[in-house]
Amino acid sequence: MEAFTTHTGRAVPLRRSNADTDQIIPAHWLKKVTRNGFEDGLFEAWRKDPSFVLNQPERKGATVLVAGPDFGTGSSREHAVWALQNYGFKAVISSRFADIFRGNSLKNGLLTVILPQETVEQLWKLTEADPTAEITVDLESREVRAAGITAPFELDDNARWRLLNGLDDISLTLGNEADISAYEAKRPSFKPRTLHV
Amino acid sequence: MGRTLAEKVWDDHVVRHADGEPDLLYIDLHLIHEVTSPQAFDGLRMNGRPVRRLDLTIATEDHNTPTLDIDKPIADPVSRTQLETLRKNCAEFGVRLHPLGDVEQGVVHVVGPQLGLTQPGMTVVCGDSHTSTHGAFGALAFGIGTSQVEHVLATQTLPLAPFKTMAITVDGELPAGVTAKDLILTIITKIGTGGGQGYVIEYRGSAIEKLSMEARMTICNMSIEAGARAGMIAPDQTTFDYLEGRDHAPKGEDWDAAVAYWKTLKTDEDAVFDTEVVIDAAALSPFVTWGTNPGQGAPLSAIVPDPASFADPSDRMAAEKALEYMALSAGTPLREVKVDTVFLGSCTNGRIEDLRAAAAVVEGRQVADGVRMLVVPGSVRVALQAVEEGLDKVFKAAGAEWRHAGCSMCLGMNPDQLAPGERSASTSNRNFEGRQGKGGRTHLVSPQVAAATAVLGHLASPADLTAESGLEA
Repeated sequence: MEAFTTHTGRAVPLRRSNADTDQIIPAHWLKKVTRNGFEDGLFEAWRKDPSFVLNQPERKGATVLVAGPDFGTGSSREHAVWALQNYGFKAVISSRFADIFRGNSLKNGLLTVILPQETVEQLWKLTEADPTAEITVDLESREVRAAGITAPFELDDNARWRLLNGLDDISLTLGNEADISAYEAKRPSFKPRTLHV
Repeated sequence: MGRTLAEKVWDDHVVRHADGEPDLLYIDLHLIHEVTSPQAFDGLRMNGRPVRRLDLTIATEDHNTPTLDIDKPIADPVSRTQLETLRKNCAEFGVRLHPLGDVEQGVVHVVGPQLGLTQPGMTVVCGDSHTSTHGAFGALAFGIGTSQVEHVLATQTLPLAPFKTMAITVDGELPAGVTAKDLILTIITKIGTGGGQGYVIEYRGSAIEKLSMEARMTICNMSIEAGARAGMIAPDQTTFDYLEGRDHAPKGEDWDAAVAYWKTLKTDEDAVFDTEVVIDAAALSPFVTWGTNPGQGAPLSAIVPDPASFADPSDRMAAEKALEYMALSAGTPLREVKVDTVFLGSCTNGRIEDLRAAAAVVEGRQVADGVRMLVVPGSVRVALQAVEEGLDKVFKAAGAEWRHAGCSMCLGMNPDQLAPGERSASTSNRNFEGRQGKGGRTHLVSPQVAAATAVLGHLASPADLTAESGLEA
């Protein structure tokens, strides 16, 4: 996973709540068997509308998505995270994220930042009025900064440490092999097996 | 202090606990399908890692599979590649696979329980958010992303953040014609699509205890639509009776030991939930959605709400956008909403009981002119059972299409899709924009409401059927 320390970029204000995973990346894109090439599928249906915020020329190259509450609800498709990253987003700010989407993001180094809806409103107003306004998402100091706005955010120490160092979860877990084997040795015999071995 | 059911199952699976770190949990069963696994197998290959526990892993094909002409090559080359990739990966790594054409093939969340692989007190994961279905057995079951699929394949464990507990207590008797689907749709509208966020929900109370396993699966299935991490129901005699004798259920002494353990899996009297919600079963009625998320619902007897009636500004904005997308006007009685398509199936309502309930409504009646009704059994086993009972004949005689098992129009990854502007009454779980096909409009309903809607051509319950045919006579 790519490490995340701090990022500064222009923003896309997305004034929608419940941007579900079917909007972020529609199901027909999920037939791909790779982790890349999803950028054209990002918000595919909404992008058909020329006035959609992502289509505005001044939003080209923006890297911070500022969205309404309940972002990423619905399916467990990690393709939603890959689509945002393939498109160029480094961080998403919302007052509430769906759990699975958030977990998937943090495992891929896409930083999901939870801020109060009032702060999201401030960021919307700022970046709507001035598309060149930049937002800094600083994971080291757990702070979002923009013109006239300084907002602390929470992220547990362990998740932050893994992101800052770009650590791979599987390698960390395999370091606990002895614990896993010990647990397996005491599993009850009535637990089902898919294969008769 | 006592523990809740969820806490007991969690505690029994902790492989490693360290302060300041997520608990490492053991996973008892890992279900695989073609959509969320290819990149995970690639990861294993790149790092030279094997699947740690092939005997706790099982795969099937469901999302992409066609429901017609299944003996012919799959027309869509991208779908075909994805299914072939699963077959190659399962063969290379040694994973048990039930492919299209196999008698155990079907929607992954229908297959696990019917094989007896889903049992009380287990941890069950799958790269699919509707894994919450398996919580109906008192298992802790949740959807995971592809990175976690790879993690489970490689380690049979997952590091997991702690959860909060929510009790949803449903006491009393469900009125006649009111189903588990109406109950869960009511709950989601009440607590909202983010209401369950961070929580494992335990559904309890006398109305829940009276439900069949199929109905309990319908409830737990949609826990994710309320944003919950999982949904659970304590195992009881109904659970044990469902499991006994199934392929992978414990046998002999193992059965006795298992049942003794399963009986301990209930929330202690003195346990405390972080949040409690109480629902009066007797006050419920058939419930449908009018909007574009599963929390935008109302009783069938109600009208399309006025967005101005929502106090929260984001709810108001969401309602405005939903009505625009759904082409509905505030104040329209929901019963007057006409549909083009009725979809009966999915991991929510594609089980034998669902098919029986819908067949009983359409029997001796005809699907309305201009309406197509698709009946897609949740698995090949469900289809075979339905055929044995003659349900396929009932549906066909009514003018419905009897299809092969799979996810089908629930998410339209196969050719079963709504055309732009088409409107459906669907027994599935999501009414998101474009979910069932680009520009398609979805109303989530119970199997009974789906069947009555198919006959009358507008959103309706079986009670309306008798009333309207009475008028015609």
